[in-house]
Amino acid sequence: MGVGCVLSVLMTSRALVALLTGFSLTAVACGGSSTIPNTLEGAAADVYSGDCSEDTGKEITIYSGRSEDLVQPVLDAFECQSGISVVTNFGDPTDLALQLVEEGDRTPADIFLSKSPGAVGFLRNEGLLSSLSDDVTSLVAEANVGGDNSWVGITGRQRVLVYNVDLVDEADLPSSVLDLTDEKYRGQVAIPATNGSFQDWFTVFRAQQGDDAASAWLDAMVANDAIVTESNRPTVDAVGRGEYSFGLVNHYYNFQEQEALGDDHRAENHSFDASDIGSLVIVTAAGITSNSDNVEESEQLITFMLDEASQSYFTNDSLEYPLAAGVDPAAILPALADDGSDFDVTFDDLGNGLTRTVEIIENSGILSN
Amino acid sequence: MQQLGTSHDRAPRTLVGLSAFCSLILAGPAFYLLIRNFTADADPFGLIFTDRVQGPLWRTVNLAVLVSMSAGALGTGLAWLTTRTDLPFAKTFSVLLTLPLVYPTFIGAAALVRTLNPGGIVNDALAGLGVDRTPTLDGLFGAWLVLTLLTYPYVFLPVAARFSRLPTSIEQTARLLGNSATHVFARIIVPQAAGSIVAGMLLVFLYAISDFGAVAILRYDTLTRAIDSNQLANRPVALALSLMLLVLAAVVVTAERLAGRRRVVSNSPRVSATTALTLGRGRIPAVASVVLVVVFALGAPLVALLDWSIRGLIRRGETGRRLTVDSAEIAEITGNTLGVSAIAAVSAVLIVLPIALLVGRHRSRMGNLGHAVAISTFALPGILIALTGTFFIRQTDWTFDTFHNSMAILIFSYTVRFAALAMGTTLLAVHAVPQRLQDASQTLGADRQRRFRTVDLPLMTPGLLAAGGLVLLSTMKELPISLLLSPFEFETLSTRIFGTFNESFVTEAGLMALTLVALSFVATWVLIIRPLSRQR
Repeated sequence: MGVGCVLSVLMTSRALVALLTGFSLTAVACGGSSTIPNTLEGAAADVYSGDCSEDTGKEITIYSGRSEDLVQPVLDAFECQSGISVVTNFGDPTDLALQLVEEGDRTPADIFLSKSPGAVGFLRNEGLLSSLSDDVTSLVAEANVGGDNSWVGITGRQRVLVYNVDLVDEADLPSSVLDLTDEKYRGQVAIPATNGSFQDWFTVFRAQQGDDAASAWLDAMVANDAIVTESNRPTVDAVGRGEYSFGLVNHYYNFQEQEALGDDHRAENHSFDASDIGSLVIVTAAGITSNSDNVEESEQLITFMLDEASQSYFTNDSLEYPLAAGVDPAAILPALADDGSDFDVTFDDLGNGLTRTVEIIENSGILSN
Repeated sequence: MQQLGTSHDRAPRTLVGLSAFCSLILAGPAFYLLIRNFTADADPFGLIFTDRVQGPLWRTVNLAVLVSMSAGALGTGLAWLTTRTDLPFAKTFSVLLTLPLVYPTFIGAAALVRTLNPGGIVNDALAGLGVDRTPTLDGLFGAWLVLTLLTYPYVFLPVAARFSRLPTSIEQTARLLGNSATHVFARIIVPQAAGSIVAGMLLVFLYAISDFGAVAILRYDTLTRAIDSNQLANRPVALALSLMLLVLAAVVVTAERLAGRRRVVSNSPRVSATTALTLGRGRIPAVASVVLVVVFALGAPLVALLDWSIRGLIRRGETGRRLTVDSAEIAEITGNTLGVSAIAAVSAVLIVLPIALLVGRHRSRMGNLGHAVAISTFALPGILIALTGTFFIRQTDWTFDTFHNSMAILIFSYTVRFAALAMGTTLLAVHAVPQRLQDASQTLGADRQRRFRTVDLPLMTPGLLAAGGLVLLSTMKELPISLLLSPFEFETLSTRIFGTFNESFVTEAGLMALTLVALSFVATWVLIIRPLSRQR
């Protein structure tokens, strides 16, 4: 055994050698960090249409729990406008948060971008986020700033009831999420109870109306044979097919499914009353890591994501609610009563509250429904 | 039949040392879990008898037992049909029957549901024909069926490899003595491949307990779901539950080793020509059942993927909606996927080879331990393997600067994750070298290295390729490790499918998943099925 043997194992298979050679070529072709172009094209040009700045040689690293499909054009626009390179690491927000914990003070990440407040709240509790300056936090409503200025909301996703248009009579649509415990919804409401956005919503529900009221509602939903589902997308998919009549989800997914599938997708969103807890707007959030050496550039990027061009892009292309710069939601989105600050929620306790929320959800028995 | 694969000479020291080293590496995730359970003050003993654990734990075991039984039966039956009979298009079927392995469960399960469940494409078609009641994929039934369809290749491949080495003379003799075909299959063929069948079923069992994608979509509450919902909410609970998964795996793997001790490993020399069993009247039902499996396991998800892709492309023409991926990007990430998976495949075979040689040729505690470690690790969710990598490299400046965000840590983690897949088939490859050939070459004075090069390797190559192929296909669909440890901006098909699919960009996800299936078709043909059939 030894190096010779290792090599000979490799050499016995011409196919593998061919694969390996092919790989080294592609690795060279796609390796290396992004370079800044002269001008932008495609979706990024909608965000920034000017000539690109010269490369400043500066670079920031972003761990993004939000998909490339939603944020890459804005990041490209920022690179072009500022001359600062943005290195991306896309992934699941929970996994990325755990990775940040393991990397500790050695992490190369400057910015963490999350789909919902739970993961940034968790990182704040772990002491891994720094405080943002007032220049940044003042760009959004106070409701959309994390405790200790640890994060800001970038866009919003409203909690809605998605329903199948062939199975549900519009007259039967409830005005409050609390009405879903009614007998007429028995066995028809799907809830992605282990999903971050439902958990965050439930945490705010508890903060607003107390643990007793929130648990009582969930228990009543369980008793009413609510169906537990995995996450928003499969829930909306199932309601669109008519496997379930209703689903408690974010507004975003149904619009996206309609965009992709057209009339074949048989579901619509229903908003509860604007003041109902069921109509909460859950924010996607950004924070800067406590070990970032590039705080100034990172704040520059977050500011860029909150400016008019980016916010317009997020609402018109990603179909989310804008949170800053006075941008109106895309015409296709139902108007919000206001930006959710009605609830006087700071999402502050979401990191802490999550532990108790998951306990209540597990104890309710919904997971085996 | 002679007791083979164990010679009584003492194992060479270098081999024991090398195996110990490889085993230590493969035990990394176990060490990580123990350390983190300790530092996070997790209380697995206090938790295990609580309701929040007992329910999911028994559901996990229940599901894994059911899935491994059905995948075992399905994989064995299909392997027999494609290798030992005159089934038409056997080679093509072998490739098609392997492909379900490559669906990442999160999209494979979702696509199956989309095709078969109420309001799905097939459901609508059947309703048009007047069939308005079809079973819904849901809960235990759904999770069992979907996991069986996606994992039976773990049994099919090694058992097909084993079957294709058995001489037909046994069957012919048995048939001449008046035994029926089914009798020959049950009493003569299956026992010959028992080791491979059980090893495959064990992999399916471990895969089933580690799976999150399918059980979550099908709404079956198992340990992985409890781990997932506690990841951020209650770290100690998530860590304790993960440790339970590992202990469960270790118990099952050890039990299998103990039970398998008495199993006879027969020496089957390569046979130049096998004459296939003539199916005769059984030909039509045989073809029908193979087609049925292909239709459900490969075809049903494909229907949804095609539907998503085609509809989206049409809408693109109608509404001018932009796709978020283009062909250049798909080409690039396809290259990335293939390259990184090929290296992981070679690396996984290399890491298990010393252990397989030790277990296959010598009696060695070290070998048995390494074997158990490699296999048990397969029960751990990928995210834990990824975090293990980060945890160990962050211990010193040098390791962090060298390996963080590197191709090396990515390949390394894939290797640890999938070593179990390479182990079974590699062991089979080791057994493929008849002891008397080794003895002969030894008598002729060839030294160990030369023997390995000129005698062992050529005979082992087909088996090693099959082992590498299994790892290759699994790496191509791997998600958590690819997401967390890929060098920044190095994307693979599975990471992009995840990103797009999760945010309902179903057209983009569909197109890339189809690319993944096409890529796997070629890889399976070239790396697994062709070498396997050449061997016959």
